[in-house]
Amino acid sequence: MIHEEAEAVKAPRVEDRARVTGSTLYVDDIPFDRLLYVEILRSRHAHARLLRVDAARARAAPGVAAAITYADLESSTGSFPLAASRVDDLRQPARSFLARDEVGFVGEPVAAVAAETRAAARDALEALEVDYEPLDAVIEPEAALEPDAPRAHASLPDNLAFRLEAGLGDVDAAFRGADRVVRLALQSPRLAACALETRGAVAQWLPASEELILWSSTQAPHLLRSQLAATLQLRESAVRVIAPEVGGGFGSKRSAYAEEALVAILARRLAPRPVKWVESRRENLLATVHGRGQSAEIELALRADGKILGLRYDAVVDVGAYHPSCPAAAPELTAAAIGGPYRVPASRVSLRGAFTNKVPTDAYRGAGRAEATLAMERVLDAAAVELELDPIEIRRANFTREAVFRPPTGVALDAGDCPSALDRLLSACAYASLRGEQEARRNAGELVGIGLAAYLDVCAGGSSARAEAVVWETGGVRVGPAGDVEVFTGTSSQGQGQEAALARIASEILGVPPEVVRVRRGDTAAIHDGRGVAGSRSVAVGGSAVREAARRIDAKLRSVAAALLRVPVEYVERVDGGFACGGRRVSRAEVCLEAHRAASLPADTPPGLEELVHYPARGPISSFGAHLAFVSVDRDTGEVRLEKYFASDDFGRVVDLLRVEGQALGGIAQGIGQALLEEVVYDESGQLLTSTFLEYALPRASHLPLVVCSRGETPSTMNPLGARGAGEAGAIAAPPAIANAVVDALREFGVRHVDLPLRPEKVWRLIRAAEERGD
Amino acid sequence: MIPAAFEYRAPRTVEEALALLAKHREEARVLTGGHGLIPALKLRQETPALVVDLRRIPGLGDVEPLDPAPPSPRAAPPDPFCGGPGRSGGLRIGALVTHRALAEAPTVRSRCPVLAEVAALIGDPQVRSVGTLVGSICHGDPAADYPAVLLALGARVLIASPRGERLAEVAEFIQGPFETALEPDELVLAVEVDRSAPASSAYYKVRRSASGFALAAAAAVVEIEGERIRSCAIGVTGVTTRPFRAHAVEERLVGALCAHGFPEAAARGASDGQSVLDDIHASAEYRAHLAEVCIRRAVEKALSRR
Repeated sequence: MIHEEAEAVKAPRVEDRARVTGSTLYVDDIPFDRLLYVEILRSRHAHARLLRVDAARARAAPGVAAAITYADLESSTGSFPLAASRVDDLRQPARSFLARDEVGFVGEPVAAVAAETRAAARDALEALEVDYEPLDAVIEPEAALEPDAPRAHASLPDNLAFRLEAGLGDVDAAFRGADRVVRLALQSPRLAACALETRGAVAQWLPASEELILWSSTQAPHLLRSQLAATLQLRESAVRVIAPEVGGGFGSKRSAYAEEALVAILARRLAPRPVKWVESRRENLLATVHGRGQSAEIELALRADGKILGLRYDAVVDVGAYHPSCPAAAPELTAAAIGGPYRVPASRVSLRGAFTNKVPTDAYRGAGRAEATLAMERVLDAAAVELELDPIEIRRANFTREAVFRPPTGVALDAGDCPSALDRLLSACAYASLRGEQEARRNAGELVGIGLAAYLDVCAGGSSARAEAVVWETGGVRVGPAGDVEVFTGTSSQGQGQEAALARIASEILGVPPEVVRVRRGDTAAIHDGRGVAGSRSVAVGGSAVREAARRIDAKLRSVAAALLRVPVEYVERVDGGFACGGRRVSRAEVCLEAHRAASLPADTPPGLEELVHYPARGPISSFGAHLAFVSVDRDTGEVRLEKYFASDDFGRVVDLLRVEGQALGGIAQGIGQALLEEVVYDESGQLLTSTFLEYALPRASHLPLVVCSRGETPSTMNPLGARGAGEAGAIAAPPAIANAVVDALREFGVRHVDLPLRPEKVWRLIRAAEERGD
Repeated sequence: MIPAAFEYRAPRTVEEALALLAKHREEARVLTGGHGLIPALKLRQETPALVVDLRRIPGLGDVEPLDPAPPSPRAAPPDPFCGGPGRSGGLRIGALVTHRALAEAPTVRSRCPVLAEVAALIGDPQVRSVGTLVGSICHGDPAADYPAVLLALGARVLIASPRGERLAEVAEFIQGPFETALEPDELVLAVEVDRSAPASSAYYKVRRSASGFALAAAAAVVEIEGERIRSCAIGVTGVTTRPFRAHAVEERLVGALCAHGFPEAAARGASDGQSVLDDIHASAEYRAHLAEVCIRRAVEKALSRR
């Protein structure tokens, strides 16, 4: 990675040593005494009536402590409540942690066994007796919405899972008045998040205090705590959720899962023994939510000069068998982000969710925005070809000029400054010479393409199609009598290392080195409220909360110093190692000690150095940029080689550069995977064909080209740090940039569109079809 | 991903191993590198009563020159996979020889550079350090790399059983997908290549993106006389249920002028009459096409090394 500018702080990545040497403790690594191990029996059928589940033989199997079925869930409500959603006609079929009388996807939990060893638990699954009566399964989402389609659930009248419609202006008039209408149908295939650490949870019930502790590899410990308390009918204060080190999630560990409830239910039965379930990789591919899964048609009404007059977006979302506990989150973001960084005077967006007999879909890095950006950036390229415009010019002609603008759904967004990011990209990649290289190689018979994508990443979950949500986060700072600093945050971590940024924010305000700041997160007993990690918001929103708490502590320290110095607080200055007024000084250690000892504090200064803040962001937070891909295509095999990749991003003010670089590169790698390799495949009966890494292709180091990153720092006005979100840009921008490059490479064959992933056979077929036509 | 319970034995001699196989027959599975067996155990696709681990048997990890002819003392050629012309002398590759050992062994690189070339393309460094050639061919994955090159080299498999030792041609040994000619009480001790490969040999593979296994691959061993191809052997893997020799293509190449490169259309229909794989990785039609591309590119690469 090459950086154009690098003035931001490069705090050392102290967390890496433990990770690469294996001493980081993930859920499965935490030692527990007298642990019991859980294995889950999962449905073999995509859709079936469950006639009988008999656990008697499993209960008698060697080493088994408990074997439970639906009938044993009485200590809970049987399912998690659905979080609020702003979509219409939201429907959820009856669902329970263990299937009751119907299974809706291959991998749905049917029974659970707890035993003395993992092997004994696994062996006991063989002793469970289950009778299924297979029912017709519905697999393709568009077919699922046809009137005569088989139903994904016998209890529902049809397969409509939700509707979401939004719009602005007179769209039909815009299309009537257009010089050209460009239409494109495209797919965002289902993806598997494949976090390096699979899911896992350990539960322990403490009978004396009537309290549940759950360690889980989750992105949202507080949300999980509330969901567990609701289903177990416990007070929230009786449930403590701890998210220790988490080895990736990418959105897939945000919703609460049946397995987390099952270990809790088993732990209550088997108290005080702790109960552990750790997902296998096969289960991870089978039963952890998938991402994306949208098939869309996008239409642009354009003037001959490329100006956008109107947009229609009509998509079917593959919901899977059930909504996850936060329903329709990605589709809402698609509706909010569909117009990208462009001025779209009139628009209509329509998304319909379809139940299918497959594992549910949910957030995946770039959730909703990636689908929107793929559609918009692809259709813009198609429009550029039809109108004989340069792909750069058509984008420049449409970038919004307003700082805060109202995209298709009418909800305000921070537009950033895409034109500047595009200019920086073109100079970083030496665009003219890239086009020159392309020309020369094309003349030599090669298939070479250049693709561009601009993006506006609507971060922070700050907007939906319908309303501006209040985006908040908690942050706390505590300074002990010895002067040590603890920072508390309601955001969590899936391994990004944002703790370093939070420590730096507090350390700068408090005038201490960042190494003395300890960041505590991922424990509902350490901080009672929070939103977890999702939507690239941990620093912008969580960091602003920490900043505010640190400022309050700093003010308190000054007033204690003023009391010790016996001067009014406005005369107190911070000096190296303490505070001073004129020639008199008091050390930081003395001030911290006095704040707790309170020997000589004035009446209006209460003792203690502890602040907790709920910080609301001022408005939507977004990041933006433009990416460019340079590819060649093997004419004989259809293989795509990504030769060069250039990224120009603007993440606002950067607090911690190394980790932001990590996010930028990781996002691009994941975007390359989406573009070239990744696709979840089910057969027509609903069996998962990509159920191991022999079939599901993840990007490896050998798939990644040299990536050249350049970065702007346009501060966000929505938070005092000026930070934007850095986590998802690459996963949003890389797929359309690479798709556009491949379509450009195939220009001589008249190819207008290729769906992701751009696998060799698909590309070869396009080439061959053109050759057979005699193009 | 937890295997069903099984007995584990690690005999110290071939005789002990054979006795275990004779006793347990179909109930036993043999472990060398484990890259085929262990995933199958974890998914419970295989539930053997006994696993016989060969890794403590001395001597099975060696690559031996098959005849006394020493490798030529000439300086190493610039291409690491390009041996000098006119060498003689084969190899015996023991059952525990890893892909990495094959890729790196000087004897292999000088006597049979194309075999080292293939070994170096398998999996990733971790796989190459543990997986074995013999394990791979006994596992019988129709998309594995070795069958193509072993077919082209006319390699043989040295098999031991209570009845003694026998040699089987690789072409007979490989019977179908995950199927070999090995009897339940038999053990493969080694693979033998009975003469050195000409320098003008090469391997070309189009990978499956998920696993790196061959979507299609071809190994070409080309003998050149003067300016022309004297003879040629081409093995193809990944394309069909049973890796095969492309005899029709080989015949078309005999007598071709090397300087003219690969004759137009000579690879056409290379997999005709074969049972071509059709699965989520690729359609049969695409695989048959790739077979032709891989053959052409392997031969071109081989000719470029003469």
